[in-house]
Amino acid sequence: MAGVSRPSSFTPRVSDLSRKSITRNLARKQMQSRMREYGERAIRLISVPFLCFVATCAAPIAWADGPQSSPSIFAPASTPASSIQDLSWFVLAITGGIFVTVGGLLAWAIVRYRARKTDDDSEPAQIYGSTQVELAWTVIPILIVVVLFLTTARIIFAIQDAPKPQVALDVTVVGHQFWWEFRYPKLGIVTANELHVPVSSALEPRPTFLHLLSADVDHSFWVPQLAGKTDLIPNHPNDMWIDPRHTGLYVGQCAQFCGVEHAKMLLRVYVDTPEEFDAWVKQQRQRGTQDSSVAAGRHIFETQACTNCHTIAGTAAMGTFGPDLTHLESRATIASGAAPNTPGNLHAWIQDPDHFKPGALMPAMQLSDEQISELVAYLTTLH
Amino acid sequence: MADQTLPIAGSLEVTPQRHSPALLPEWLHGWVVTVDHKRLGILYVVYSIFFLLVAGAEALAIRIQLAWPNNHFLSPELYNEMFTMHGTTMVFLVGMPILFGFANYLVPLMIGARDMAFPRLNAFSFWMTAFGGLLLYYSFIGGFGLYGMGAAPDVGWWAYAPLTAKAFSPGHATDYWALALIVSGFGTLGTAINVIATTLSMRCRGMSLLRMPLFVWLMLVVSGLTLVTITPLTAAQIMLTIDRYLGGHFFDTQAGGSAVVWMHFFWIFGHPEVYVLVMPVFGIASEIIPVFSRKAIFGYPAMVAASVAIAFVSLGVWAHHMFTVGMTSVGNAFFVLSTMLVGIPTGIKIFNWVATIWGGKIRFATPMLFCLAFLFQFLIAGLTGIMLSVAPWNWQLHNSYFVIAHFHYVLVGAIVFNIFAAIYYWYPKVTGRMLSETLGKWHFWLFLIGFHVTFDTMHFVGFMGMPRSIYTYEPDRGWNHLNFIISIGGMIQGIAVLLFAWNLVQSYFRGKKAGNDPWDAWTLEWSTPSPPPAYNFATDPVVHSRRPLWDLKHPEDPDWKYEA
Repeated sequence: MAGVSRPSSFTPRVSDLSRKSITRNLARKQMQSRMREYGERAIRLISVPFLCFVATCAAPIAWADGPQSSPSIFAPASTPASSIQDLSWFVLAITGGIFVTVGGLLAWAIVRYRARKTDDDSEPAQIYGSTQVELAWTVIPILIVVVLFLTTARIIFAIQDAPKPQVALDVTVVGHQFWWEFRYPKLGIVTANELHVPVSSALEPRPTFLHLLSADVDHSFWVPQLAGKTDLIPNHPNDMWIDPRHTGLYVGQCAQFCGVEHAKMLLRVYVDTPEEFDAWVKQQRQRGTQDSSVAAGRHIFETQACTNCHTIAGTAAMGTFGPDLTHLESRATIASGAAPNTPGNLHAWIQDPDHFKPGALMPAMQLSDEQISELVAYLTTLH
Repeated sequence: MADQTLPIAGSLEVTPQRHSPALLPEWLHGWVVTVDHKRLGILYVVYSIFFLLVAGAEALAIRIQLAWPNNHFLSPELYNEMFTMHGTTMVFLVGMPILFGFANYLVPLMIGARDMAFPRLNAFSFWMTAFGGLLLYYSFIGGFGLYGMGAAPDVGWWAYAPLTAKAFSPGHATDYWALALIVSGFGTLGTAINVIATTLSMRCRGMSLLRMPLFVWLMLVVSGLTLVTITPLTAAQIMLTIDRYLGGHFFDTQAGGSAVVWMHFFWIFGHPEVYVLVMPVFGIASEIIPVFSRKAIFGYPAMVAASVAIAFVSLGVWAHHMFTVGMTSVGNAFFVLSTMLVGIPTGIKIFNWVATIWGGKIRFATPMLFCLAFLFQFLIAGLTGIMLSVAPWNWQLHNSYFVIAHFHYVLVGAIVFNIFAAIYYWYPKVTGRMLSETLGKWHFWLFLIGFHVTFDTMHFVGFMGMPRSIYTYEPDRGWNHLNFIISIGGMIQGIAVLLFAWNLVQSYFRGKKAGNDPWDAWTLEWSTPSPPPAYNFATDPVVHSRRPLWDLKHPEDPDWKYEA
């Protein structure tokens, strides 16, 4: 669109071919070739960062199977995410076609019908409309809408109304400010922030059906590689399902703004082999370990306000405002994925939760360093 | 080109001497008590540009915070306040007032009237809107958060219940938010009533409904839509305030209230609101594109019909913001279909604009540059809108950066670009001076580049699973580089807007004299002197077609011969 004034090509009339004009002509030609050279160099200079940019943008479209650190919607590993991806390619193809057609016509019209220096002052022909043409560009979009709608509706029903098979695993997900509670009602397991589900396959389907609740405000469960998101809304239970095909760790996070630490309400879904999953279930169903060597820490836990919010099965701690800590050491992270679960981080977290998550609802308990060390020693025995 | 003395009946031949007040208080008083539609229009626009700079600064703060992971430029609390205020400000204190400001200034001039139908209501509406804005920003000092410090609203501009309940939002920030929107909503309703009354009853002789300039048509449609949509918002704000202070339980989920009902109320306002913002700029584009293509608008009746159709369809699409809240599959399918239907009248509009350019002689003055960029960007915004309307894909894209990219393509790529176009186009009429074309071109190209660097890139982080409203992100998610690029783009846009602001100021004093009709345009406002005198027209003009000035300039080939 650079052309308000088009550079007129240099075509001197014969009578102008004086010595002077020839030199000027030569100088001009030299300049033109130099400009071309600069242009090429500029293109080369620009093309490198441009290609890098394109490569970075194309990164989400990865075809590798299984879990990825970048949770792209174009790397599905579960049926809902896959059918969404297939649908999205179809929609992209149609919208891409529309873009190329309409954008191309527009670009062509802008270049072709630009005012030129050589134009006279007259106005172009005034055209007020054309019924046939306008009818055509009303009918064609209607047809496109019909096709898009029918395709979409099919996928909506396929995902949303999929029947629940007998073998399905049930998990109740409860959203809290700012962490996830996972309950396995049939297995009697309660855990937090890290969801374990068995792998599913075409031969041995083992989907997981999630029942979504909220304890306080709206949240949204989103693990892009496994399924689209579904909100957790108080007084409004929802359901969704996943059937991951590949084992490994899938990441996601809360996708509905839920308050100050919404950004650190991270989600981790571990897809286990059937054997790993059974082992995990067996371990989670055990009561909290009772190690007498850390009795001091346990005493602190049971006599401080910790018990108001946390549960450790087999102790007096039965609070439900915070994550269940019975098997704290079976989890890789603390504070809903905000930090790795190491003794050092546990210490720092108990001392000052705001250090990891400013605004987290866990209060700093004002314990002495020694008390915290004893507490951490106890917590690290909770396998 | 510029014809200084267009002999249209009723236009003043001579600009009367402007009364120049001697003292600052007198001058100020004149602006405060004015009921002149042009002065009120200017007040609206100046007010909006001020808040555009404020909300733009908030956007830059957001982008600095997100430039790299685990940044500590803003605290989480402040970040949440920034994006809430950025959204609320841009929609309620920038978008709506600036468009209603244009309507205030232009509608009477375009239909050959001397003022709006209710000048005092007009002044009342502006001051209500202004008061609403002040109330919202007073929350920064008066919001009184948990720790006795000032706090702005931090619940998102959509303010989903029950996060807004007393239990989760103590202090008064949320109250300021609700009250500010109620108050500015009354102002908006007043202006909408005024525009409707003006267009229906104040048109000059010969200005039948189907001869009104498209900008006037669109403002009429938008005003009707405003009356329908602001009402549920105001109702919802009052219900929220009752919940917070009088023990109501509309949205209080702890007491059996419904969070989903708030969403319905909010989006039955919120989606038509998008059209309230975008349709005036369709009007702006429909004025500017023909003039700089040197052709009549293609398919005027279809443009009018499409606008009315968009308004009606837009009232039935709100729940496409709620595909993830767990509606029934039939409910989801319904809103897929209704949303896709919007694409048809919108498509007609785009095709008609292309057809207007087709066969013309395009002049690339700054207003036209912004309009042409708008056409491309609006095309893309429409297509990403289609993608989002596909409910299953929406389950992935909803609340991701893809959505942020999509609606900024509409709000910036379409609306802000056209607002800039409109200011470059009508500034000469309002001030009598041209804006600098050199600065204008710099502004355009910088803004265009910044816009695309920012918002094109956002689509991709959305694909990569980055949700909106997060104050920071994990460094291992592959979002780092793209976020940095987005932030750079934001800075470029910031520089472009500063250039624009400078252009506004310096051209006011040093700009080229504009004359009555610098663009060789065709609607009635260009028949008056620049700036137009009080009461616009000495005698009522008479028009015979949609382009009265074309008829005057081309008596041998007037429009009325061809208009159906």
